[in-house]
Amino acid sequence: MAVDKFPVEASHIMMFARSVADDNQIYYDADYAKGTEPGTIIAPPTFAQSSAQFDPDYRLRPKVGEPWFGSGGEPTGIKRESSGGGGGGGGGLHAEQHFEYHRHIKPGDVLSATVKPGKTWEKEGKRSGKLIFSETVTEYRDQDGELVITARGVGVRTERPVDQ
Amino acid sequence: MALKASELSVGDTYTECLVEDLKRTQIVQYAGASGDYNPLHTDEVFTTEVAKYPSVFAHGMLTMGMTGRMLSNYVGDGRLTKYGVRFTSQVWPGDTLNSTATVESVEDGVVNLTVVTTNQDGNTVLSGYAAARVD
Repeated sequence: MAVDKFPVEASHIMMFARSVADDNQIYYDADYAKGTEPGTIIAPPTFAQSSAQFDPDYRLRPKVGEPWFGSGGEPTGIKRESSGGGGGGGGGLHAEQHFEYHRHIKPGDVLSATVKPGKTWEKEGKRSGKLIFSETVTEYRDQDGELVITARGVGVRTERPVDQ
Repeated sequence: MALKASELSVGDTYTECLVEDLKRTQIVQYAGASGDYNPLHTDEVFTTEVAKYPSVFAHGMLTMGMTGRMLSNYVGDGRLTKYGVRFTSQVWPGDTLNSTATVESVEDGVVNLTVVTTNQDGNTVLSGYAAARVD
């Protein structure tokens, strides 16, 4: 996701670490972190994904005044011509994620992210019909323009929900 | 607490239990922190009636995040240089996940690891690799 400004804040890192059940003190205790090798609070390895919070157009967040496809009074707030699953109405599933760390993110960083589309390919899946894969490469840079993380994500759209 | 190259051997493993009996509330917590509010992960009505899955399921990135905790605990804070995964099966509420890193090679101050996370049935839900600086 393309993001102009992703301000990295200590409380966001703390909440993110809690959500992945990681109680390492380096993610929330600045005094403790001083005594560690990084010498500061750092973000957990997959934290960059939460840049979604700062993408104004992020599709998977309800927005004021816009219809939302989750349930309310009805099972979905958006009627589609053909529902049929299609990988879940959410526009597909996450197939792969790769991170290359040039340095680790810390509170006070203000990151920006640029996205380049990558390859797309198709495969016949046993459990979900035709699979369409698409790749994006996201470069996270810091306030000085230095590359911090290179991320490559692969999404997949399925013809029908994955058989269980 | 970084790893020492001299103390690592190919085939060494490190394992952690990532979660026992994954709760829907933890999935909600991850949605809130990450900003990914896809109803497939938190909205049982939508997921069963519209998307036609048996229940909500975890974000792949939640599994990757918890697996990243195992990796950081093994290689030390701020030591990872690469970490990548494929999501091979969905993770459901109630699942218990274990994750193992295995040393593939140690060269030029870097350890290369393979990473596998499995559920209570022994099925692989995530497989991938990581690299980290070692002393």
